[in-house]
Amino acid sequence: MNMKRQKLIRLTLSYAAIGIMFAIILYPVAWIIGSSFNPGQSLSGSSIIPKNATLAHYKELFDLEQSDYLLWYWNSIKVSLSTMALTVLLVSLTAYSFSRYRFAGRKNGLMTFLILQMIPNFAALIAIFVLALLTDLLDTHIGLILVYVGGQIPMNTWLMKGYLDTIPKELDESAKMDGAGHLRIFFQIVMPLAKPIIAVVALFSFIAPFADFIIASILLRSEKMYTLPVALYDMVAKQFGAEFTTFAAGSVLIAVPIALLFLFFQKYFVSGLTAGGTKG
Amino acid sequence: MERQSYQKNTRKTALALSLIPGLGQMYHRQFLKGGFFLIMTAAFILVFRDLIGYGLWGITTLGTDISYGDHSIFLMVYGILAIIVSIFGIGFYLFNLRDAYKNGEKRDRGEKLSTIREQYRNLVDNGFPYLIMSPGFLLLVFVVIFPIIFVILLAFTNYDLYHSPPAKLVDWVGIQNFVDIFKIDIWRETFITVLAWTLVWTFGATTLQVALGVFLAILVNQKDLKGKAIIRTVFILPWAIPAFVSILVFAGMFNESFGTINRDILGFFGIEGLPWMTEPMYTRIALIGIQAWLGFPFIFAMTTGVLQSIPDELYEAATVDGASAFQKFKNITLPLVLFATAPIIITQYTFNFNNFNVIYLFNGGGPALTGQNAGGTDILISWIYSLTMTSAQYSKAAAITLLLSIIVITVAIWQFKRTKSFQEEDMM
Repeated sequence: MNMKRQKLIRLTLSYAAIGIMFAIILYPVAWIIGSSFNPGQSLSGSSIIPKNATLAHYKELFDLEQSDYLLWYWNSIKVSLSTMALTVLLVSLTAYSFSRYRFAGRKNGLMTFLILQMIPNFAALIAIFVLALLTDLLDTHIGLILVYVGGQIPMNTWLMKGYLDTIPKELDESAKMDGAGHLRIFFQIVMPLAKPIIAVVALFSFIAPFADFIIASILLRSEKMYTLPVALYDMVAKQFGAEFTTFAAGSVLIAVPIALLFLFFQKYFVSGLTAGGTKG
Repeated sequence: MERQSYQKNTRKTALALSLIPGLGQMYHRQFLKGGFFLIMTAAFILVFRDLIGYGLWGITTLGTDISYGDHSIFLMVYGILAIIVSIFGIGFYLFNLRDAYKNGEKRDRGEKLSTIREQYRNLVDNGFPYLIMSPGFLLLVFVVIFPIIFVILLAFTNYDLYHSPPAKLVDWVGIQNFVDIFKIDIWRETFITVLAWTLVWTFGATTLQVALGVFLAILVNQKDLKGKAIIRTVFILPWAIPAFVSILVFAGMFNESFGTINRDILGFFGIEGLPWMTEPMYTRIALIGIQAWLGFPFIFAMTTGVLQSIPDELYEAATVDGASAFQKFKNITLPLVLFATAPIIITQYTFNFNNFNVIYLFNGGGPALTGQNAGGTDILISWIYSLTMTSAQYSKAAAITLLLSIIVITVAIWQFKRTKSFQEEDMM
């Protein structure tokens, strides 16, 4: 009887704690969704469940004459996809050579990568700015993509190398016996087995541009080139409050697809991180 | 291909001849290779001679006369490029010497040199890792390593608003910037205030998010709790939403005129609206809370993964031995969780140390404080950003970047020295 009561108390307390956390997590989400349906531009007098809900703000965002939102969205997707493709390509090649070959400079190279992944690459933002200015890459997406990819290489190389180390070397050795060349072993034997970690690296590098504000805000000068983080910050900072409901609608349209993508792939994220990152 | 020779000093002759790249190889009658080396050297000198000369002059003087269009910063960039190119050149030159010497040694020992076909195979086998690494490596040199060198150099100049090309030249000033930061009152006080808040922020925010994540993971992992799938999905949600969106939304929620925190929540409890955005202390509290919201799901997910991998037998054995629930938690769950997630937790500390987004997007590092040139919630990295972007104190910003990097790298090396992967022979 006592055991049962203890269990009841324990479960009730647990559910209460979980309930409080639910409220803390979901309140901002509900608030921003509510705001995005609020009529009018400012929030004064609004409530979380708007009385005269309207889709006007969403319509405004989709209207190319009233806002550049779709353009910014397209910019962000373009930058993210290019960053992803380039990162996956370069990281697989680099990680493969670190994992399978023993060459002069290997140990020092790995050490360098380890330290580089600790320094955020925007710490050198003045240098990135000057370099972009000199090479005419200021205010272009190519410049931005190259900086993103360069920043992604050290950490993801370690992640992928950790995974490739677990694929038995006997496989490529026997393929070599059978006369397969270097590239053939790489593309037809090792890469197909590394699919899970490739998915993780691809997702990380796709999301990374969405998490960056600082580099994009330094490199992108004209409004037409903005990616979503810079554009949304601009929207809020320029006239805070005055356009808050439109901003809310814009936020919802970004958060929903990314969150769905993320939740869908979440278990790969976790397993990838624990496989490559926490080894040891 | 009769190239057998028992001469004693071939290697030395080859080495001496190789002072002009290619000749040593030709002496070994590897004409193709020798010719290639010779042409490469000639091309290298032709193409880069001007850059190296100009760059090395530029980086030592940083320009002498603005009327000739000397732009100190561009000169510095050329100088760094010249040094990088020279390093590649010197590497190639040393390789050439080594190659000539090694092959000479082989001839001295009376071994046959490899044929062209063998050389080709050798090149492919040994060169393959370098070949496939080179695109990534080159990119890394230009967008990561180059900027780091640039910032290091910048910290020893007087580049700021008053010494700004093209109107003025920049000069080398040695360690003046570091001296200023510690000697001039306003800099020293700002630096100390910012560093202190950075440390409080790092430990406060990270510890809170880690504690919350671990606690909730253990809570949800109870066997008799129903609805785990839904609870876990909701708990992951803050991680899934792009952080910049959440931060900007929080900035709206904490807004003093229309934000929901003051109006709806505190109003509901009958509390007067609080100055979240104008009073440093309140902004700091809000920031730590927001970071806990943003950061706990990551720890939660990791800990959940670890918890699920703890074998049930451990707990069963403990139950048989008469351990209480609390003892089981203290002696089984907690050590295993902390052991497995320790590297990730340390990474979280270094991440928050440099967590620019939450500080800057929430309130721009503000509110402004009197008597110092950083905002009330500026951490080192956001202070560097505003020194660079708004007050054009480039060299001071670079000096502070160096100080910051030293802190981060020290922690990073200390951390990785301890992890097992660092010590395993084959891993490295």
